[in-house]
Amino acid sequence: MEKHILTVLVENRPGVLARIVAHITGRGYNIETLNVGPTNDESISKMTIVIPGDAAVIAQVVAQLAKQINVFKVEDVTAKPHIDREALLLKVSTRNTGRAPVIEVAMLFGAKVLGVQPDALTIQMVGSQMQVDQFLTLMHPFEVLDISRSGSIAMPQF
Amino acid sequence: MTHTPTYSRSGAQCVVDGLINNGCEVLFGYPGGCVIDIFDKLYASPIHVVLPRHEQGGIHMADGYARATGKVGCALVTSGPGATNAVTGLATAMMDGVPLVVISGQVSMSLIGTDAFQEADTTGITRSVTKHNFLVRAVDELPRVIAEAFFIASTGKPGPVLIDIPKNVQQQLTAQPDVRDVAIRAYHPTILPPPEQVEALADALNKSHRPVLYIGGGAVSSGSCPLIRSIAETYSIPVCTTLMGLGAFPETSPLSLWMVGMHGSYAANNAIQQADLVIAAGARFDDRVTGRISDFAPGAKIAHIDVDASAIGKNVGTHIPVCGDLRQTLEALLPLLHQTDRSAWLSEISLWRERGPATYSPREDGMLQPQTVIELVDRVSRGRATVVTDVGQNQMWAAQYYRHTRPRGFLTSGGLGTMGFGVPGAIGAQLGCPGALVVSVNGDGGFQMNIQELVVAKEHRLPVKFLVLNNSNLGMVRQWQDLFYGGRHSATILSQDKRPENEHIAPPKEHVYLPDFVRVAEAYGLKAARVFTAEEAERVMTEAFADAEPWVIEFVVAEDENVLPMVAPGASLSEMILTNPN
Repeated sequence: MEKHILTVLVENRPGVLARIVAHITGRGYNIETLNVGPTNDESISKMTIVIPGDAAVIAQVVAQLAKQINVFKVEDVTAKPHIDREALLLKVSTRNTGRAPVIEVAMLFGAKVLGVQPDALTIQMVGSQMQVDQFLTLMHPFEVLDISRSGSIAMPQF
Repeated sequence: MTHTPTYSRSGAQCVVDGLINNGCEVLFGYPGGCVIDIFDKLYASPIHVVLPRHEQGGIHMADGYARATGKVGCALVTSGPGATNAVTGLATAMMDGVPLVVISGQVSMSLIGTDAFQEADTTGITRSVTKHNFLVRAVDELPRVIAEAFFIASTGKPGPVLIDIPKNVQQQLTAQPDVRDVAIRAYHPTILPPPEQVEALADALNKSHRPVLYIGGGAVSSGSCPLIRSIAETYSIPVCTTLMGLGAFPETSPLSLWMVGMHGSYAANNAIQQADLVIAAGARFDDRVTGRISDFAPGAKIAHIDVDASAIGKNVGTHIPVCGDLRQTLEALLPLLHQTDRSAWLSEISLWRERGPATYSPREDGMLQPQTVIELVDRVSRGRATVVTDVGQNQMWAAQYYRHTRPRGFLTSGGLGTMGFGVPGAIGAQLGCPGALVVSVNGDGGFQMNIQELVVAKEHRLPVKFLVLNNSNLGMVRQWQDLFYGGRHSATILSQDKRPENEHIAPPKEHVYLPDFVRVAEAYGLKAARVFTAEEAERVMTEAFADAEPWVIEFVVAEDENVLPMVAPGASLSEMILTNPN
């Protein structure tokens, strides 16, 4: 099933996040990732929601969210030229392989080593969701100790 | 020198002032520890406080009041169980788009989250059954929140709004004045439809030789009924209504196809299936209307006018979406229409109409038939009753055998299908319309779900006529068991005999039905009668309908009558069951 990235501008108030999430899940739709943060207007927050579903399902989600009292705007950016990025923090054990092969893969993806422990590396990687997935696939043979993913954030180009 | 603040009134006073300023005349309220402060301010207010006997009854009363009058219904409940008891009433109003403002008490801010006595996460619990809800954290927000709640409840697609107010917020003082002009930054209920959408609709309608208008509750709430009638009559467009739309178009008109859907008429369901254009207006393609969705109106273009953008395209693919207020849409549409020859279509429809909205066969055992009772309600009231129903067979017979001619003349829980609505809903309707002949149609099941509210009718001298069609069955489920579950009457028999073995009820020595509804009614102070024949029924109804007192009339009716026609769940509208299978 194709993934859609929705950006939702909402009032920055207590309870709004819970309302949006409950509204999506209560109607049987599944949220893959969710990111919330402030915007240039401090009274407005932007949510970026990745939802799998066909076009009709997503159109219904968009219409349902748009009618919520605290929602300013809902946009499905997937169909437009857009940039989407996700941040990943990854801790990998170097006990068995040494650091070099891990760092080599990291460099290929433009990832940064943020922390060095005696037998592990903490790596930051930023990319599209697909790049993050590819990076994780290549890291899989190493001993991955921990992962934190931010969920996608996205912006239309025009 | 100490500073003296200019604080003038408490949060509780803000609530009462806000209710008054937003037009609240009647408030259905049940007290409790976390709303004592508000009730204390109501004590000397001009608001008429009605004390239900259960919070669910109170919300249904506010709902019936709102449906009958078009005003916002108001209710007040306490925290915890008071609020959870309100949930069914909120969900009922939500599904049918009824404007309510419900205020709930909450434990003080410092106690929230501590599992305090009578604490519940009311905004969390009611989120999906309200159009919007608020937890008021500071007293200064309260005047604005109350104004916003009334605005949200009554605009766009109407719906219930809940305001949860902690006890300490009710007690705090504020200098904030009441808010008169409401503007909510992110809420702009769609009003004007885009002109190109209206033009597309006009074009399709002008070209259509077999159109059907399919109208729902939105026709009533938007005040579009006269306009719909004039368009239908001027341009020869047949009209069917949903359960919620009954009365929005006069069923006495030759263009009326009566009700559409699972228990709709032969004419309405056939017309939908044979149409080349179906125009849904203020209706939402509920599964009880469409039958099997893939076979709904197979040869038709679908046009959908709705103020709720999310309703368009939700259940069926829509060729011509029109998002806007129905009345303004029709006003824009009217000048774009011209005459089209539909005589062949109308003569086809007049043949289907010969079967009537529904038919039933007379019985040989002489038992009173529930369909006859509803026909008598129509006749004795001369069609001027405000019919409020419960849910189940009684509801469908009231829809089929009463001729609905007035908007807001038929009030029913259509979307949620809430048993227990019939009694309190009628009480609320009568409070809103003191001069109306309010007839509450119930089965013996749902009548017992809020039977405690009968006392409210008595003490407020409300002349509601409560009818109980007693077939000693939970009849609609029993009907499904007979038609689709091999006649296994699991948990649907309400009399003491004829129960299945697993229910462990020893058959009584003689036939007895409990409770004795006449004695229950009399215990609550109402006049009551039990009737067994059509002649008795007509005589008692004639006496009761002319009386200024509330009545309970129990009709002992045949146990095995079914609601027909019926489209089996999951079947196409073309596959109507017209007569009882043998």
